[in-house]
Amino acid sequence: MTFVVPASLSLWDTLRMLRFIIKRLLLLPLLMLLFTVVVFALVQAPPGDFLTSYVAMLASSGSSMDAAQVEALRHQFGLDQPVYVRYFLWLGSIVRGDLGLSLEYQRPSSELIGERMLVTLLLALFAFVLTWIVAIPAGIYSAMHKNTALDYIFAVLNYIGVATPNFMLALILMWVAFSNFGLMITGLFSPEYTQAPWSLGRFIDLLKHIWLPAIVLGVAGTARLTRIMRANLLDELNKPYVVTARAKGMPEWKLVIKYPVRLALSPIISTVGWYLPQLFSGSLIVATVMNLPNIGPLLLRSLIQQDMYLAGSILLIYCMLTIVGTLISDILLALFDPRIQMEGT
Amino acid sequence: MADKIHDANAPPSELSSKDEDRVSVASNWKLVWWRFRKNRLAVASAIVLLIFYAVVLVPDFFSNQDPEATDAFLAFIPMQRISFFDKTGVNPSVPDVVGKRNSVTLKMEWAPDEIVRIPIALFVRGYKYKVLGLFETDIHLIDAKDPKSKGRPHFLGTDRLGRDQWSRMMFGTRTSMTVGLVAVALSMILGVFLGGISGYFGGWMDMVIQRMIDLLQSLPTIPIWLMMTAALPQDWRPEQVFLAITIILAFIGWTTLAREIRGRFLSLREEDFIVAAELAGCSHLRIIMRHMVPAFTSHIIAASTLAIPVMIISETSLSFLGLGIRPPAISWGVLLQEAQNIQTVALAPWLMFPGLVVIIAVLAYNLVGDGLRDAADPYGH
Amino acid sequence: MTTQNGPLLSVRDLKTYFMMDEGVVKAVDGVSFDVHAGQIFGIVGESGCGKSVTVKSILRIVEAPGKIVHGQILLRRSRQDGTSGEEELDLAGLDARGREIRSIRGAQIALIPQEPMASFSPVHTIGNQIIETILLHQPIDKQAARNLARDMLKDVGVPMPERRLDEYSWQLSGGLRQRAIIAMALSCNPRLLIADEPTTAVDVTTQAQVLRLLRQLQRERNSAIIFITHDLGVIAQMASFVMVMYLGLVMEQGPVDAIFHAPKHPYTQALLRSIPSVNSQPRVSLPTISGSIPHPFNKPSGCPFHPRCIKNMPGKCDAQTPALQAVGEKQLVSCFLYHDAEVSA
Repeated sequence: MTFVVPASLSLWDTLRMLRFIIKRLLLLPLLMLLFTVVVFALVQAPPGDFLTSYVAMLASSGSSMDAAQVEALRHQFGLDQPVYVRYFLWLGSIVRGDLGLSLEYQRPSSELIGERMLVTLLLALFAFVLTWIVAIPAGIYSAMHKNTALDYIFAVLNYIGVATPNFMLALILMWVAFSNFGLMITGLFSPEYTQAPWSLGRFIDLLKHIWLPAIVLGVAGTARLTRIMRANLLDELNKPYVVTARAKGMPEWKLVIKYPVRLALSPIISTVGWYLPQLFSGSLIVATVMNLPNIGPLLLRSLIQQDMYLAGSILLIYCMLTIVGTLISDILLALFDPRIQMEGT
Repeated sequence: MADKIHDANAPPSELSSKDEDRVSVASNWKLVWWRFRKNRLAVASAIVLLIFYAVVLVPDFFSNQDPEATDAFLAFIPMQRISFFDKTGVNPSVPDVVGKRNSVTLKMEWAPDEIVRIPIALFVRGYKYKVLGLFETDIHLIDAKDPKSKGRPHFLGTDRLGRDQWSRMMFGTRTSMTVGLVAVALSMILGVFLGGISGYFGGWMDMVIQRMIDLLQSLPTIPIWLMMTAALPQDWRPEQVFLAITIILAFIGWTTLAREIRGRFLSLREEDFIVAAELAGCSHLRIIMRHMVPAFTSHIIAASTLAIPVMIISETSLSFLGLGIRPPAISWGVLLQEAQNIQTVALAPWLMFPGLVVIIAVLAYNLVGDGLRDAADPYGH
Repeated sequence: MTTQNGPLLSVRDLKTYFMMDEGVVKAVDGVSFDVHAGQIFGIVGESGCGKSVTVKSILRIVEAPGKIVHGQILLRRSRQDGTSGEEELDLAGLDARGREIRSIRGAQIALIPQEPMASFSPVHTIGNQIIETILLHQPIDKQAARNLARDMLKDVGVPMPERRLDEYSWQLSGGLRQRAIIAMALSCNPRLLIADEPTTAVDVTTQAQVLRLLRQLQRERNSAIIFITHDLGVIAQMASFVMVMYLGLVMEQGPVDAIFHAPKHPYTQALLRSIPSVNSQPRVSLPTISGSIPHPFNKPSGCPFHPRCIKNMPGKCDAQTPALQAVGEKQLVSCFLYHDAEVSA
C-alpha cells in the first residue's frame, strides 16, 4: 500500500522509529507525575472540601449534621490531614491502581468510571470516524471544484458548523425531532435497555441512539477539518510535483489522491491524536443536555461536589489520553511523512 | 516584472501615475484595509459586529423593559410578531396577548390576541437610563407607542419568570461580547509577552516556556474551566465573578496565541533585515519594537480576532452549565440556561433565540477574522 | 523512427488565453513553429513572454483558467489503425483529461521540469515515481520496470542506481536530482523532450554537466528537444534552431547561427547586445533595453515590442501586428522593417 506507508521501510528506518517511540514512552511517567501534581492542586484549590459542600447540600434540603458527626466523617475520609500527606496518599494509591473511593457515591471510583467508560469511548469513536469520513472527501471535493455552487454550500455549512456551540446544536436537533416528529431523543438507550446488562441487543440499541449525539459532537470538528483539508489541498494543487505527475500521463483523480492529497493530509495526521481527548471533553456539555450516561456528567458533578478521588481520577485519565493522543499523532506523522524521520529524532 | 502595482480598486487600464504614487507610498495598514475592503463578506460581518457593539455601549437604548422585572403571571409569553400594515395604513404593531389558565397545570398559557393590538414605534420614550454613565435620557429604540399602555410588546417572548427576553437579550449581549474581548486582550498580553521572550531569546527560556505551554495545552480545557469556576465562592458579586471568568478564560487561551507569536518571532529572527538591524547596532528593544512587531502585528490582530469567538462559545457553555456568569448577571449563556432541557424547549422554543445570536456573533467574528488574516498576508495574492 | 517527410511537431498559430476576472491575458497570441525529429529547438525570451505556456499547451497541461482558443498542434506519428504510414494528430483538439493525450504524455512527449526538488514528491521514493512512469506506458511487470528504472539512472550517470531507487529526492544532491528527473522523463524513450529551463535552478558546474548529459542522450536516442531558457549562452551551446518570443508572439526564428550572427529583429539584436562580453570596452555602460515589460493587461497595440524599440516607426508599428514571415532561407521575422503588414481578411 504505497499510498499510506512509505514504500521503503528498511531495517534502518524501523530501528529509527522504534528509538523515537521509546524515547517518547520513557517521558510518559514523568509527565504523568507532573499531571498528578497539577490535577491534585486544582482539585484541592476551591475552598472547603467535600464535606463542606455535602453539609451545604444537606442544609438546603432541610436536614443537617452536627459538628461532631462532620468531624468524625472528616477524619474517616482522611480530609483532616495536611495537603501534602493527602497528596502522597493519593499518589500511592494511584500507582497501585486504586483510584480511590468516591466520597459521594461511596463506591470505588474505578467502578463508577468503568460503567461509563465504554459509552464515552464509543461516542468519541463514532464522532471521530464520522468526522473523518465526511470531512476529508468534502475537503477534497471543495478544493478540486473551487468556487462552484457545491463548494460555496459546503463553505456556508462549515462556517455555521464552527460557529454553533455543540450544545446548541443538540438542543435544536432535539427540538426539531420533538416538535416535528414527536421523538424524544435523549439518553442512549431505550427504556428497556437502560439498566440491562450488556448484550447484543443492548449494543444494537446503543447503535440506534448513538448516531445523533455522535453527529452533534462531530459537527464542529468536521467543519473545521473540511476547511483545513480544502486549504491544504489548494496549497498543494499548484505545486510543481503535481504538474510533473500530470505531464507523465497520469489520470487526474489518481494523481490527485496519490500526490497532493497525501501531502495535504500530512499536517492533518499530526492532529489526529488531539481528537480523542477533545471529543472526550467536548462530550461533557452535550452529555448534560442530551442526558447521556457518559463520563461527562459524572465529572461535572464530582467537580462541583469536590468529590476528590473521583474528580482527580477522571482528570488523570483525561490527561493520560491527551499524552497518548499526542504520542499517536507523532508516530502517525513520522510514518506518514518520511521527512520527519530524518529531522525528528 | 510589471512596474505598475495594482490598486485594489481602480481597474488596470485606468491606472494613472498619480494612482501609482498613491499605492507606492501607502502604508501597510492602508494596504491591509484596501484588501480587507474587497472581501464583501468580511465587511458585512464587520458591520454586524459594529451593531453588536452599539448594543454593548448602550443596552438600555435597545431594550424597552426592565430586564430583571419578574412577574410569574406573565410567564412563557410567546414571541409576538410585528405586522406593519393595518386598515389605516402603515401602523406597526404587535398583538396583545390573551391568557388562559390551564386547568390541569394551573399555569397561565398565553396566545396572541386576535383583536387587540399594541402599536409600536421607533425612538419612543420609556424608562429613564444613563448613557455610558454620562447623561440621562429616556429614549428607546423600539417600544409601545403609548408608554402608559398596559400591554407591553415582547418581541422575544418571556421566560418562566415572566422576564422580557428582548430586553434581557440586550444586556446579555453586553456581557457576552465584553467577556470575549477582555479575555482575548488579556490572552494577547500574556501571549505576546511570553511568546515573544520564548521566540526572541530562545535557549533555555524558550524551552521552559515551551514545556509550560505544552503542559497547559495537554490539560483538558473544559474540566479545568469547570474546576476553576466551581472554585469561585458563591458569595462573590457578579462583577467579581465576571472578572474572574475573563481571567480564567484568558489563562487557558493564551497558550495558542503564545505559540503563534513564538513561531513568528522564530521565523522573523532568521530574516535578513533583522540580521541587518543587529549588525547596525540596534538594541534588542529597538529591534523588537521597531522591526519585528510591525511585521506581525496584523497577523496577531487576525489571530486575536479569531480567538474571540472561541471565548464567546466558552463563556456561553460555562454559563449554560451554571458555572460561569451567574444570575442576576445576564449573559447569553445565562439566558440559555432557561432552555436547558427538552421539556422547557418544547414548551417555549423562543427561549433558544440567544443561541441564534451566539451563532451570528461567532460567525461574524470568524468571517472578520478570516478576512483580516487574508488581508494581512502580503503574499496571499 | 526518423522521417524526413515532415516535422515531428508542428505548431500552427497557437493562441492560449487566460480568462481572468480582471480581463483576458493573451499569454500565447499566435505562435507557429516546427520541430523536426532529432532537432534541438530552443525557445528564448524574458519572463512572461509565454514560453512555458506554449510548451504546456503542447502537453495540454495549461492550468485553468487558461484555454487553447485557436490553432493546431500537430504531432506526427505512425498510424494507430494498424495500417502502415503516418498520420498527424492535432493535440489541441484532444480532451485534456482524456486517454489519448495521457498516452502521449510521458511516452511520446516528456517534460523535464524546471525545479527538480519541487517536481519530485517528497514523500515517495524516486524509484516509485520513475517506475510509475514506466508502468503507465509500458505493459511490463514491476520487476522489469524496476530494472528499467535502474538502467535509466545508470544511463544518466547516477552512481549506485539500485540504492538510489529507494531514496527520496531530498536525500540526493542537486546534480543527482537533476539527473534523476531527466531519467524519469526519458524512461519511456519519448520522441520529443521538453526541457523547461533545466539549468535555471542549478549552479554553473551542474549546468555544464546537465547540458552535456542532454546532448549525449539526445545523440544516443535521437530524440528532439524543445529547450526553453532565458540564457542566450545556453541556447548557443545547445540549440540548432532558435525561436525568440516576446509577450506571447514570435519575434524571430531561425538556425542558431543566423540568429546569433545575423539577427534581424530589433529585439533579438537588443538582447544580444546586452550580453556582457569579455571583449567589450571597459568602463562602458552595458546596453539595456529601455522600458520594461508591460503588464499583461496592458499590452501595447500593434507590434508588442514597439514601445521599447529603437527602430520604432510610429503610425506603422503601433497600428498593426506584424506577421511572421520569411527573410532569408530559413529565417523568419515579424517586423515591419522587413515586410509590410499582411492584408488581413
